[in-house]
Amino acid sequence: MDWRSWSLWKGFDYLGGISILMKDTLKTMLSKRWEWAAIVYQMDLLGVESFSIVLITAVFMGMVLALQTAYALEAFGAKLYVGEVVTLSMTRELAPVLISLMVGGRVGAGMTAEIGAMKVTEQIDALRALGANPIRKLVVPRLIAVVFTLPLLVLLADALGIFGGYIISTFQLQIGGRFYFTHVFRLLKFSDMVSGLAKTGFFAFFITLIACYNGMKARGGADGVGQATTSTVVLSSIVILISDFFLTKLFLAF
Amino acid sequence: MEDFLEYNNIHKSFGANAVLQGVDLTVKRGETLVILGGSGTGKSVLLKLTIGLLNPDTGSIIVDGENVTGSSEKEWMRVRHRVSYMFQWGALFDSMDVFDNVAFPLRESRRYSDEEVRKRVLEKLDLVGLVDSVDVFPADLSGGMRKRAALARSIVTEPACILYDEPTSGLDPITADTINRMIRRMQKVLGITSVVVTHDINSMFHVADRLAFLYNGKMAFTGTPDEARTTEHPVLRGFIEGRNPDEPDT
Repeated sequence: MDWRSWSLWKGFDYLGGISILMKDTLKTMLSKRWEWAAIVYQMDLLGVESFSIVLITAVFMGMVLALQTAYALEAFGAKLYVGEVVTLSMTRELAPVLISLMVGGRVGAGMTAEIGAMKVTEQIDALRALGANPIRKLVVPRLIAVVFTLPLLVLLADALGIFGGYIISTFQLQIGGRFYFTHVFRLLKFSDMVSGLAKTGFFAFFITLIACYNGMKARGGADGVGQATTSTVVLSSIVILISDFFLTKLFLAF
Repeated sequence: MEDFLEYNNIHKSFGANAVLQGVDLTVKRGETLVILGGSGTGKSVLLKLTIGLLNPDTGSIIVDGENVTGSSEKEWMRVRHRVSYMFQWGALFDSMDVFDNVAFPLRESRRYSDEEVRKRVLEKLDLVGLVDSVDVFPADLSGGMRKRAALARSIVTEPACILYDEPTSGLDPITADTINRMIRRMQKVLGITSVVVTHDINSMFHVADRLAFLYNGKMAFTGTPDEARTTEHPVLRGFIEGRNPDEPDT
């Protein structure tokens, strides 16, 4: 067996493992009581503690977008449409993808490290030995927290990105705030927001499953946990970028 | 005495590594059986098979008269309530203090009121001498305290059997002696059936009613500690005398 078939085999093995985790997680989520304290804790960890990263990413992305758009549209005398471009780009694409990449990387890495450390110190076996279901205790609260909180962070990022565009429009491009926001709200449709938020929900689902699965499969001590954490960041980023294309195609069809 | 645990022709492999190759063993109700063997010979694997943390490739395991081989996770939960496991390094939950760690199995079973949980936890922590450390987190505990906290967590549900995985490894001789005495006390006071996996000979002679020696994937010897002292088995003799039978005396 050469290395390509070996990699392919490992890929199928990984895909199979994560599919089983997804099935068990959904089954547990629907059939067992939820750990509300753990869910709230995870929401705090993800939501409140990610606020600064969202603020910086979204405001600066909105400002850069306004600058680049103005530069590109100036040749056509369409600089005044900065508000529309910033709004559409942020709500439909940039906020969902960038915030998922930033927050997902941060939160996903943290989840894998935490669950991985539990795995290599036999705490996950201990959960089972003491009569608890590790999926209910570890995966379900994280999944619920991320799937609900990440879209909220993206909604916040939408607003902050548009605000970033407003700063550049007003102070550099000399487009009035009233004019900017009139164009923003005239163009902004509910379906644009929903498409961005729905995509984020899927990203959140993928990030959490990958992070938890890698954590639960970690082995070999600190080195193994480190490798699993790196793998989570790389894989969740790739999955976000690839699934973004297909989800965008899907949502554009409706 | 009737058998509490029964292992019949257990095989278990990890990839190409055949760890257990036909293990037959019985543990009688109320006795303390020590499983002795070198590192990586499958002692811990055998314990993990007993409560379904791993599944055997072939063979059957009978716990308290019930064949548990191939049980579902839900069925294993019932077994785990009667048979508890003390992990080698304690496996205490980092995010919880000692009290919450010990209370965990009681809260998880949802059979006890808060008051009852508190009473039981303090009673067991008192038994292992940790009642003053209820609010300490595992990271701040010494190795011996971790083992004692893990022991309290193992006995808090008052199981019929405890599986001890290397209970004295990494401990100084005095702390190891304290743990050994506790294992003995669990058996005498609470009548608990115990299986102790170790390669600590002193510990073995202190706690064992019977000894089983795991070698090359099979039980190479079962008998009392006194019988073990006079055994002809060269590797077990080497184990007991603390010397490598393959190396010439110098």
